[in-house]
Amino acid sequence: MKGSEEKMQEIILEARNINKEFHDPVTVQVLRDITFTVNKGEFVSVIGKSGCGKSTLLYILSTMDTDYTGELFIDKELMSGRPDTELARIRNEKIGFVFQFHYLLNEFTVLRNVMLPGLKLGRYSEQEVEHRAMERLKMLGIDHLAAQSAYRVSGGEKQRVAIARALINDPHIIMGDEPTGNLDKRNSDTVFNIFKELAEEHNQTLLIVTHDSEFAENTHRIIEMEDGRIIRS
Amino acid sequence: MNFKLIYSIAKSMLLARWRQTLVAAVGVTFSIAMFITLLGFMNGLNDMLDGLILNRTPHVRLYNEIKPSENQPVNVAGQYKNSYNFISSVKAGITRQEIYNSGPILQAVKADERVLGATPKLLAQVFFNEGTIEITGVINGIDVEEESRLFNFQDYVTAGNPIDAKNVANSIILGKGLADILVADIGDVVQVTTAQGERFSLKVVGYFQSGIQEIDKVQSYASIATTQKLLGKPANYMTDIQVKLHDLEQAPAVAREYAQLFNIDAEDIQTANAQFETGSNVRSLISYAVGVTLLIVAGFGIFNILNMMIYEKMDSIAILKATGFSGRDVNLVFLLIAMSIGFFGGIVGLVFGFVFSAIIDSIPFVTAALPTITTYPVNYDVVYYVIGGVFSLITTYFAGFFPARKASRVDPVEIIRGK
Repeated sequence: MKGSEEKMQEIILEARNINKEFHDPVTVQVLRDITFTVNKGEFVSVIGKSGCGKSTLLYILSTMDTDYTGELFIDKELMSGRPDTELARIRNEKIGFVFQFHYLLNEFTVLRNVMLPGLKLGRYSEQEVEHRAMERLKMLGIDHLAAQSAYRVSGGEKQRVAIARALINDPHIIMGDEPTGNLDKRNSDTVFNIFKELAEEHNQTLLIVTHDSEFAENTHRIIEMEDGRIIRS
Repeated sequence: MNFKLIYSIAKSMLLARWRQTLVAAVGVTFSIAMFITLLGFMNGLNDMLDGLILNRTPHVRLYNEIKPSENQPVNVAGQYKNSYNFISSVKAGITRQEIYNSGPILQAVKADERVLGATPKLLAQVFFNEGTIEITGVINGIDVEEESRLFNFQDYVTAGNPIDAKNVANSIILGKGLADILVADIGDVVQVTTAQGERFSLKVVGYFQSGIQEIDKVQSYASIATTQKLLGKPANYMTDIQVKLHDLEQAPAVAREYAQLFNIDAEDIQTANAQFETGSNVRSLISYAVGVTLLIVAGFGIFNILNMMIYEKMDSIAILKATGFSGRDVNLVFLLIAMSIGFFGGIVGLVFGFVFSAIIDSIPFVTAALPTITTYPVNYDVVYYVIGGVFSLITTYFAGFFPARKASRVDPVEIIRGK
């Protein structure tokens, strides 16, 4: 954790007074006045009971859900009210995703799945993107699967491919929605260890929604939610 | 910008469900192939029917019409100039059917750059004598060589050699219908009586068959010299000058110009055969309508398949959007899928259309009425292929437009959370 003292001060993500309501079928306020910050290199978990609004919050933070009030800053830039194409570019460049269900594109190989966001960003040439993708697959110990079709690899492997994909553009922050929720104990541990290693050795910022308390206990910081409010952070 | 990437995603999605893709593409292929075949065949028939008349019709015909003078003497006379003159029972005066100054006119017309060729013609009304029965007929005096060059005369002479009409003295080529009535074989001699009452014997050297029975029962052909002899006229006597132009469309203008220049009656082909143009146009219109309908039906097929595809690919769309592809990118992917179905289906359709046309073109089609036709006529005009190709792209674009828009509006949060 060398050098993390000054890095801790750098704010990657900031939420200010975020409120959200669902209107269908009746108006329910799901998020009330959410305000918090995440610093660079932090490994944060968000916990809470089902329906407390933790996933809803994550999708707002991820810029995919724009139907809220309040302000969201990523990398000190205001995200609220920006057009769809710009948000897509920001997601591409600055945010990596890992979902509960291992969303890979079944039409492509494992390697191509990892490469796609990198190709979309267009910062590197195709050869370089491929090289970077292989590096990340190697780091996660699944480089032997590179040429496989995405639908042929196992659940635990898929989640590791998804993590490799999330890492391809060196994002500011990786967000996860129950990334271990659908995995057995052994695979959960593998995924957790990868996250831990990313945070501690590569100074990667992580924000993970989970209801696995054992998972949460081992992260740097726990944000606990109840009825749309943060009760511990 | 990222077109190569968008293209590779579209390609992978297409190939992942290649059976569905194939069905959609086959729909386009079929409709384009039918479109090409239908138009080619329809227009082939049109051309043939038009050719039946138009190929042997002069583009401009110069002649002298027998009609009363437009400037009656009383109107010209000085003292009645300002009064309103009623003249009843006006008759044609001593007008001759002969073209005045025919030699210089023919020369001047032939020298005109717009003119492909001009040939004189001479009409003689005669009676053919079959025992005691007299059958009315018309003998066309023609320059056989020029007539063959300009108006495909040789194509319609089904028996005998057309040039014999020129080389054999006092010879005639009979219309097939007329020959049947007269029971005249080639080599026989037929008796004709001219309007002036002169009797001649003419040797039959061939049969003429135009494909139109009414004409074949009346018309027959002889050399210009023979016809002049029948009528007892000198060698410069001619009643018609037939002009063929390089460009058919110029006929009305040229006709007007010649009428004024030579002080003669001039009729252009468009005026003389307006009904053929109308018929062709209506037939073309019908075939275009059927072709376009086929394409639109294929378009609905693509629309359905793309719609289904989007429901299947919801997860993929959501993940693309989550990882930074915008709605526009997703829209492009699906439009590209639709357009490639249209493009490749269309190209194969054009090839099949050509093959079907070639097959139709080789089916024997023999009819006594059309001596020059041996197989079904097909028109291979490139324009139909261009229209077919462009239309396949346009229909698939519209078929892809709404599904693609729907895909671009998929909310990734709903998909990812909803599972």
